[in-house]
Amino acid sequence: MNLDSRIPGGPIQDKWDSRKFDLKLVNPANKRKYKVLVVGSGLAGAAAAASMAELGYQVECFCYQDSPRRAHSIAAQGGINAAKNYRNDGDSVWRLFYDTVKGGDFRAREANVYRLAQCSVNIIDQAVAQGVPFARDYAGLLDNRSFGGAQVSRTFYARGQTGQQLLLGAYAALSRQIGLGTVKMYNRTEMLDVVLVDGHAKGIIVRDMVTGEVRSHAGDAVVLATGGYGNVFYLSTNAKGCNVTAAWRAHKKGAGFANPCYTQIHPTCIPVSGDHQSKLTLMSESLRNDGRVWIPKKQADKRPAHEIPDDERDYYLERKYPSFGNLAPRDIASRAAKEACDKGLGIGETGLGVYLDFRDAIARLGEPAIKARYGNLFHMYGKITAENPYKQPMRIYPAVHYTMGGLWVDYDLMSSIPGMFVLGEANFSDHGANRLGASALMQGLADGYFVIPYTIGGYLAGQKAGSVDVNHDAFQQTVATVNDRVSKLLSIQGKRTVDHFHKELGKIMWGRCGMARNDAGLNEALKEIPALREEFWQDVRVLGSGQSFNQSLEKAGRVADFLEFGELMCRDALERRESCGGHFRDEWQDEGEARRDDDNFAHAAVWEHKGEVKDAVRHQEELKFDNVALAVRSYK
Amino acid sequence: MKVILHIWRQDKASTNDNFKQDGRMVRYELADVSPDMSFLEMLDVLNENLIEKGEESVAFDHDCREGICGACGVVIDGVPHGPERGTTTCQLHMRSFKDGAEIYIEPWRAKAFPVVRDLVVDRGSLDRIVQSGAFISVNTGAPQDANAIPIPKSDAERAFDAATCIGCGACVAACKNASAMLFVGAKVSHFAYLPQGRVERDSRARNLVKAMDEEGFGNCTNQNECEAVCPKEIPVRVIADMNREYLRAKAREG
Ligand SMILES: Cc1cc2nc3c(=O)[nH]c(=O)nc-3n(C[C@H](O)[C@H](O)[C@H](O)COP(=O)(O)OP(=O)(O)OC[C@H]3O[C@@H](n4cnc5c(N)ncnc54)[C@H](O)[C@@H]3O)c2cc1C
Ligand code: FES
Repeated sequence: MNLDSRIPGGPIQDKWDSRKFDLKLVNPANKRKYKVLVVGSGLAGAAAAASMAELGYQVECFCYQDSPRRAHSIAAQGGINAAKNYRNDGDSVWRLFYDTVKGGDFRAREANVYRLAQCSVNIIDQAVAQGVPFARDYAGLLDNRSFGGAQVSRTFYARGQTGQQLLLGAYAALSRQIGLGTVKMYNRTEMLDVVLVDGHAKGIIVRDMVTGEVRSHAGDAVVLATGGYGNVFYLSTNAKGCNVTAAWRAHKKGAGFANPCYTQIHPTCIPVSGDHQSKLTLMSESLRNDGRVWIPKKQADKRPAHEIPDDERDYYLERKYPSFGNLAPRDIASRAAKEACDKGLGIGETGLGVYLDFRDAIARLGEPAIKARYGNLFHMYGKITAENPYKQPMRIYPAVHYTMGGLWVDYDLMSSIPGMFVLGEANFSDHGANRLGASALMQGLADGYFVIPYTIGGYLAGQKAGSVDVNHDAFQQTVATVNDRVSKLLSIQGKRTVDHFHKELGKIMWGRCGMARNDAGLNEALKEIPALREEFWQDVRVLGSGQSFNQSLEKAGRVADFLEFGELMCRDALERRESCGGHFRDEWQDEGEARRDDDNFAHAAVWEHKGEVKDAVRHQEELKFDNVALAVRSYK
Repeated sequence: MKVILHIWRQDKASTNDNFKQDGRMVRYELADVSPDMSFLEMLDVLNENLIEKGEESVAFDHDCREGICGACGVVIDGVPHGPERGTTTCQLHMRSFKDGAEIYIEPWRAKAFPVVRDLVVDRGSLDRIVQSGAFISVNTGAPQDANAIPIPKSDAERAFDAATCIGCGACVAACKNASAMLFVGAKVSHFAYLPQGRVERDSRARNLVKAMDEEGFGNCTNQNECEAVCPKEIPVRVIADMNREYLRAKAREG
């Protein structure tokens, strides 16, 4: 497996400029001869599709929702980082770069992160020009808030719906190109495989989710921007349709999968209320600007929160991490909440919860100010819990939220399959073992607006346009395997529903590969998952036909992939014998703090598929830290 | 708690305007419903039961389940998104219903939203309206610094109020004329309050209205049902904004 990261030489500040200069160009008149297939219409996919179409390429774009505007990016609440330093508080590209490398617990690639910080400033300019209504101050200038893991205010936001507003910007740009005929959009279309010709990605196989038709699309390059795999846990803050299918099928065709065990558990989500629960709801990290996290000092203290006096409360984040306080990074805040609940200090009926309290902020700023900042989040919380967070503290608990792992890509965002690029949450590159808040939107848009439009040209310039069409044998063969799989799922006619299997898998993953992992548990999971998968293929019940709108069938395909992928995640977690960021191994800790092993694990683990998950081979891309010295990550 | 559901079942995509021929209401009883369940979680439970009995599940659109993607949306007892104001179907909880309630669940009904299956409709017409001009024509890479043009906070807030539209289509489903004026008004109003949006204001207003008419949406007769069901509580003043922009564009056309 070729894992050459192709990082340009020279000082880190100059790497991106020098790569942009060195990349071969496609002559403007020739661009329209090349076709690029973009799978995904979230921030990464929509930005990429629109920007490449503006350059003159023919673009086809695909999403599984009924409209590109509904991609999961829409749900992002809190904000997007950018090193604008509008606050004059000492921010810079270098500081954003430094915070992100440190925040990722020194498991990301420096060169990529530096480029991300550089592009961040252009994103805000771009979004404002598109009409994105970011929050403004009374002088009419852009406002900022703080997010975890940073001591400057660099987060731009749009009420509590930054994701929707940024996505509407990218969707507007995409819609403009669709209207102009330069992008052909395929909604309700799910990618089920990639097609390789002479080792290069030259097309995809999709299923039209309305008619059931399985179809080929040929192109000169394929861009995957299909989001993260958090739903392997069943319960997560992701949208119900989020899946690993596109990435997993690409992996099985030869794309390396990097660091699958790096998952982010977000500290502030609404706790589970019962077995019927279908998803978890995030309460944005921005709330920690004004909310204080605490638990009672006494075990099983059943008094209502307001009756517990201050000296009987433990504001544990402020106590343990005085310099970052409630704005400690996510992995650290989540672990601290788990530790508190493990000690029997958790609140609520299940004891799996801690308080996030706005009492002091409301006393200081008044209820209207808090409402203006977080009104929609408080509203959402009230709807779900039937409690009023203006009057009593929110109850929160960690939940699966984001996946740092993903398909391996080089500096140009190309996977180990030539011609297949991977953007946004679907790739592995920028966040190491833990992502800082407000950095995913930044990465998706940087990849889509400012990286791929350049790097795709470097690849296409070496390819003959339109060299392959859908009549090529490779397409026929792949369509046949996709059809076989659909028929197989429909023919089992077993006794258990798809959701049953998904929930079972979720329990295994959360219990054994969640907030804390250890050798024994992971080995157990590596027996349980294949057994569950076996049972799925014997006993799943998928009704209806393949030639119609069939939501059970869609789910079945996704769960089948999760049942394979979960095993790889556990293998990766087992092999990484250290703790770093969101990957916490019980065996490697210093009183609850992650203990890294830089001598043996300062690398990305990249898995190569070999027929069965148990035979996948682990490769390493060594990570070098020339600009940020490897150090114990401290937020004390 | 227990509920009795009457749900629109339809196997195939709509073929004609007389929707009654395409499907029918089917009655289901569901026990063991928890008041803490969301409405969609209640449908999940129904679907699990149906599959176990060998019947195909009820198709409905959903994704984020937190009121922002705009995918979900059914008519509940005659009201799009059901009884709670400012709430999407996915954010509605069973505690809003009485034990033993009979609940009627139907898809959005509008000529421009043909039914795909059961409770799922095709809202592609909304995307096509956007494609006709609900954007600012700026290419990637061209912009100036984001703080170069200050925007008065009050204008930014007005633009924002309109920009909160999640494109669910409830406004259309609520309107007896199946008009899309609230949706289109929200798009026009969002850009009309921003200096960067004003450059193309004339063409935008004209193009959106034309596209809306071509898609088969009806006229607005000021019933304000749209505002009442909008889960984001977008006010009908955006329709006034749109009429103003449209008349201005027409006047300038000469
Ligand atoms: C509740 C929530 C709040 C968040 N808040 C923030 C925040 O405040 N700040 C921040 O920086 N980040 C936040 N994040 C993270 C961030 O939103 C995501 O990481 C990011 O938006 C992912 O964008 P994307 O373009 O990579 O993928 P997505 O937006 O997930 O898009 C994936 C696209 O791929 C398509 N797709 C997927 N699979 C297939 C397939 N098989 N076939 C065809 N199409 C497919 C989908 O239809 C969709 O269009 C939040 C995440 C969640 C869950
Ligand atoms: S499912 Fe997204 S708004 Fe209801």
